[in-house]
Amino acid sequence: MSAILAVHDLQKSFGSVIAAHDINVAVPALQTVGIIGANGAGKTTFVNMVTGHLRPSAGTIAFDGRDITGLPSRAISRLGIARSFQMPQIFSSLTVQENMCAATAIAHAGDGLLQQVVTPLYARRTLAESEAALELFRIAGYCRNTAATLPQGVRKLLDIAMAVAGAPRVLLLDEPTSGISIEEKFSLMDVVMAALKDRCITVLFVEHDMDIVERYADRVLAFYDGAVIADGPPRETLENTRIQELISGPKLKATTAGAGHA
Amino acid sequence: MIVARALIPGTLAFIAAAALAPALPAWLISLATVAFSNALVVLGLIILWRAGLVPFGQALFYAVGAYAVALIGRYTPVRDAFALIAAGALLACLVAFLVGFLLARYREIFFSMLSLAMSMILYGALVKTETLGSTDGFGVEPPTYLGYAPEGAMQHLVLFWVVLAFGAAAALLVFFYFRSIAGALAVPVRDSEIRLEFLGVSVNRLVHLNLMIAGTLAGIGGALAALAIEHVDPNMAYWTTSGGFVFVTILAGAGTIAGSFIGSFVFELLKSVAYDLLPGTWQIFLGAALLVTILFLPEGLGSLFVRLRRASPQSKGAAP
Repeated sequence: MSAILAVHDLQKSFGSVIAAHDINVAVPALQTVGIIGANGAGKTTFVNMVTGHLRPSAGTIAFDGRDITGLPSRAISRLGIARSFQMPQIFSSLTVQENMCAATAIAHAGDGLLQQVVTPLYARRTLAESEAALELFRIAGYCRNTAATLPQGVRKLLDIAMAVAGAPRVLLLDEPTSGISIEEKFSLMDVVMAALKDRCITVLFVEHDMDIVERYADRVLAFYDGAVIADGPPRETLENTRIQELISGPKLKATTAGAGHA
Repeated sequence: MIVARALIPGTLAFIAAAALAPALPAWLISLATVAFSNALVVLGLIILWRAGLVPFGQALFYAVGAYAVALIGRYTPVRDAFALIAAGALLACLVAFLVGFLLARYREIFFSMLSLAMSMILYGALVKTETLGSTDGFGVEPPTYLGYAPEGAMQHLVLFWVVLAFGAAAALLVFFYFRSIAGALAVPVRDSEIRLEFLGVSVNRLVHLNLMIAGTLAGIGGALAALAIEHVDPNMAYWTTSGGFVFVTILAGAGTIAGSFIGSFVFELLKSVAYDLLPGTWQIFLGAALLVTILFLPEGLGSLFVRLRRASPQSKGAAP
């Protein structure tokens, strides 16, 4: 089994605080991996290191056999690892269509500044491809709306659609359903996962809702205190009592503390 | 088709201005020459403004362009206007390239103040340097145009045409730049640098490029202004000069290219009228004009055209 993303002994410390340590993960192509863990367990730190937003203190990250440890985020994204954000990073003063066109055009133009200066943004191919992407993510109906005025669910979808514009092979979703009402969560994930399957993308997603993880993930990585404490198929991993205790631990403690006071 | 149609009004305006020039009074020609020279600086400011950057020291490049023209005229036998302007443009571009390494890393007020500081360094150097004319500055030699040396009133007319030609060329290039990926990404720079970086764009490099384009335009503007005013002095690098360009950008609005020319012209006109009416307190008049603009035309004079265009039905479906 050759892994498209292989992380070896990854570690990140901020001064004396160790945010992540001893992370060893190999993700085969086309797998969908759910990343769970309490707040501060190191999930986002892991995502930030893989996408180049944070430089690991030690360890290596290999993408498709190539060492990408310490590369800047824009280089990593050009290689084929994209990400979405917990707080959608979209261009709020542009319309949905303009947002999508910008992302698509950047993907077409490549890295050369000169290329970016001489290529018109709204080329026919760009318009067609961005329209197709908006259809795929079911937000074409909003194409003339200014991004700042969009409902949260549409913002999330646009953020993901823009991340996918560069035809990445791996996509990391940081809490795709945060800020979304429970009724909407599944329909949003249905749209996202169908679209990503359509584009043959390997997905790693950070998620707090265990029902979502169980439904969409092929595999679960559980983070606790900066390390991966469990790695396996969703049902078994989520049923493991120790994991349950560690992931939802703070809640349990809160109840006991409350009981003690009473 | 759409591109060509968008260029028609501007082209007609430039042709009309060039054709009407011989019939216009001399004072209006010299006012328009200075105004359109400065419009190039404002055009550069608009490029930065769209990315959320307001330089309080754009006079740095303006003065570099102007002094390049004046110094070459003083110390070498070169008199050709095009060679002088090219020298001013190149030198300003080089200065922008160098200071860009520092400036491109800053945003918002930090960018503005650092840009101001850069221009004041040049101001200080000019004031203290005897060979550069010190506080008085020095005169600019009359130029020739590819071997042709106009006499009398023709001097001003030819220079006006040259300024118009540079203005038209710059407006056209900026028009296409705004449609390019790099140019159109200015607004995204303001909205979310993180998203741009994760799409694979180096935002600092993009800002650096915009600084160089704006600096070069300011250099050309300064070179043309030096030829028009026939004199350079350190005030060209002073912060009030930079402030004037920011003033015109607010007056013009950052939304349109035409606005920079109309804004500059209105600004020079206002300044002359104010100076005539209230010689001691003309700034009050300008201040009031700025206040009225901000209150009633927050997107500047250029927004009047945008409204006109929106009102006409044929603009529907045009690429943004």
